[in-house]
Amino acid sequence: MKLRHLRTLRIIISLLLLSVSSFLFLDFNNFFSTEFISGFFYLQFIPSVLNFLTTFSITAGGFIIVILSIILFGRVYCSTICPLGILQDVIIYISNKIRKKRFVFLKARNFLRYSILIVSIGFAAFGSMFLINLLDPYSNFGRIVSNLFRPVYYAANNLLTNIFESFNNYYFFTVEVKNSDLLTIIFTTFFFAVLIFFASTRGRIFCNTICPLGALMGFISKFSIFKIKIDEKMCISCRKCEIVCKAGCIDTKNKTIDFSRCINCFDCFSACNLNGISYKFSRKEKKKKHKQISDNSRRKIISGATIGLLGLPFIIRAKSDISPEKLTEIAEEKTTPVCPPGSKSLNHFTEFCVACQLCVSNCPTQVLQASFLNYGLKGIMQPKMDFHTSFCNFECVKCSEICPSGAIKPIKLEDKKLTQIGIAHFIKENCIVYTENTDCGACSEHCPTKAVDMIPYKNNLRIPEVDSEICIGCGACEYACPTKPYKAIFVDGNALHLKIEKTKQKSTEKKIDYKDDFPF
Amino acid sequence: MKRRAFLKKGINAGVIAGTAMSLGNYSKIFGSPVANPEGPYDMVAIKGGEPDFMFDRAIESLGGMNEYVKQGQSVVVKPNIGWDAVPDRAANTNPKLVTRIIEHCYDAGAKDVFVFDNTCDEWTKTYQNSGIEKAVLDAGGKIVPGNVEKYYREIEIPEGKKLKTAKVHELILDSDVFINVPILKSHSSTRVTIAMKNLMGIVWDRMFWHRNDLHQCIADCATVCKPDLNIVDAYNVMIENGPRGVSVDDVVAMKQQLISNDIVAIDAAATKVFGIEPEEVNYIVIADEMGIGNRNLKELSINRIII
Repeated sequence: MKLRHLRTLRIIISLLLLSVSSFLFLDFNNFFSTEFISGFFYLQFIPSVLNFLTTFSITAGGFIIVILSIILFGRVYCSTICPLGILQDVIIYISNKIRKKRFVFLKARNFLRYSILIVSIGFAAFGSMFLINLLDPYSNFGRIVSNLFRPVYYAANNLLTNIFESFNNYYFFTVEVKNSDLLTIIFTTFFFAVLIFFASTRGRIFCNTICPLGALMGFISKFSIFKIKIDEKMCISCRKCEIVCKAGCIDTKNKTIDFSRCINCFDCFSACNLNGISYKFSRKEKKKKHKQISDNSRRKIISGATIGLLGLPFIIRAKSDISPEKLTEIAEEKTTPVCPPGSKSLNHFTEFCVACQLCVSNCPTQVLQASFLNYGLKGIMQPKMDFHTSFCNFECVKCSEICPSGAIKPIKLEDKKLTQIGIAHFIKENCIVYTENTDCGACSEHCPTKAVDMIPYKNNLRIPEVDSEICIGCGACEYACPTKPYKAIFVDGNALHLKIEKTKQKSTEKKIDYKDDFPF
Repeated sequence: MKRRAFLKKGINAGVIAGTAMSLGNYSKIFGSPVANPEGPYDMVAIKGGEPDFMFDRAIESLGGMNEYVKQGQSVVVKPNIGWDAVPDRAANTNPKLVTRIIEHCYDAGAKDVFVFDNTCDEWTKTYQNSGIEKAVLDAGGKIVPGNVEKYYREIEIPEGKKLKTAKVHELILDSDVFINVPILKSHSSTRVTIAMKNLMGIVWDRMFWHRNDLHQCIADCATVCKPDLNIVDAYNVMIENGPRGVSVDDVVAMKQQLISNDIVAIDAAATKVFGIEPEEVNYIVIADEMGIGNRNLKELSINRIII
């Protein structure tokens, strides 16, 4: 029967998706256009929902397509679109090669998974991305690739570069991860290790127990029009399907499938020699049985959710703690973190960013970097802009074009150049010109709007002055400032991004007569 | 000759010469002020043409690129590729000029011509948007990264007063010929940036210079890193808001070019082209005093070409 081919089709699509998804979190060479990148992640559910909330336009409606697909056929998403799901399938495949694994029917942990779902939504509704960022499969996948695989990818590239350069060939070039965040790496490694453990021992248990998206989709799939079912007349209880079921949702004893946990991998279609498993038009006949189970758990879910929600204010209240580097006589006093142009405000950014780190992987200057608590617990692992190691390129809006969740909204280059994300502050007492009585001006050199200009100072020297009216907070001055360990000029973020005046410029009309003699 | 005729001619000549001199066309009457107008020049100054055409003429008057590049030699060309800005902004060296220089090097028999800069903005963007990457590839040259420390080797600077050692790009150290191709620009802290200041792009840690008397470090570096040829691009000149510039409004088309192997002299001449005196630029004064070159243009034989 043709249904068997569904599995092959799923494997082909999912592997293609996994490869491209991974590549987009690894690439530093702008291989794909920003349109491709944003289009590619269009269907990613949680980013899409968030993006939709920022635009209310169909351009961000990828999740609607996904919901429709679930209503039709169930959680096809989990085995075909979700990169973390596919990654788990790869882990399961490999571990199966090492040691043959026979899956068994697992009891549903509805209380746990629906509680996590409700609490996660509750948190998000109150503006905290804490649980979503911790558990969203897409962002976890992004972080695994960006934090763990990307350095390896860079190292391989650099090895290749060295080999080619020894032959005077400069086709490849060296790349370095400018700054990585230890806590994010630790969390990501921990998460990945747990994922490998669960996947290799219990299949897709993460998706059916912890993943809030899995819970939501499981809930929606209860209403699917077509469901995968066992043909009771055909079934000889050979358990072949149960053994291959990664989701542990096939109960051959009772000849039932818990479709809310089925991830539509179609492995059972191929496993059943008798074609005893297939899509069936869903009818309400079995509702009764289900109801008893869910009735029981519903009460538990509501009580669990209430307990969870009670804890909510405490976690939200854990305010952003921006770590100012102290120790110098005059420390940079950063009161507000800087978030990228297009993110509108600190609140908008922290409320919509899923911390997938796609922007971190793709930022050409690597000013966007992994961070753990730059925005506090509610914005856990959302990327920061680090002006000590890099700065925001004046001519670039890449992050805004690829952000899948609408945390960084698309912004036109000419608007970006007038968007003030922060303001530079000058600490004269730290400045070379003041302390050493020599020229410097590195900050002013780098300033794209000349908001940092050099004005006359004693002994024919010039000293920086900031015109905050035309400063956009790109951080170039802070990056360029040579003082150590703390800078003489730093950018403090604007909680609400502002618009600067177009830089007025006196036209430098100068008549040149090319026949004039030389001035020497 | 009759006495009267002589007097008449003399008066005529005197009037013409006087008029000419009062108009400032001194050089056109007597040619170059230096005794040997054909002789080996210390510097060529040319104006009024396109960058590539001016280079053709200027290098020809110095005896052609063969004087500097020999058969089978490796050449490193160091333009200013510091900023992510299009050529019209004149923040980076003119790509047309870079192409033509590389072509001349190959015509002279160069084995390889390398081009790099340790950029200020993100290097792949500056290489691309400055038009220089394409210019290099068009001419058959090799565009080389300067973005990571591994390319830089530490050297001693025995005469350095502040800069005792520096990590310099291996291409500068290993190539047979070093051609420095800065663009003349205004500079927020050193007034102007020309040839000597362009050497900040051959070292790894230029922030050390900023911390330790910038002018002295610029001069110190020039005691050991001596370009075989300096070519100053003053075709489009950023006269304000340099070195990065804010918009094309900062730029004036001066259509000039200078070539010399005296890095101090060429900086002095370019400073005058820019419209200020070399004495106003501290690193030129220091370099002159350290004997790196000669800032007194009157002592040099300069070929001045107006197209």
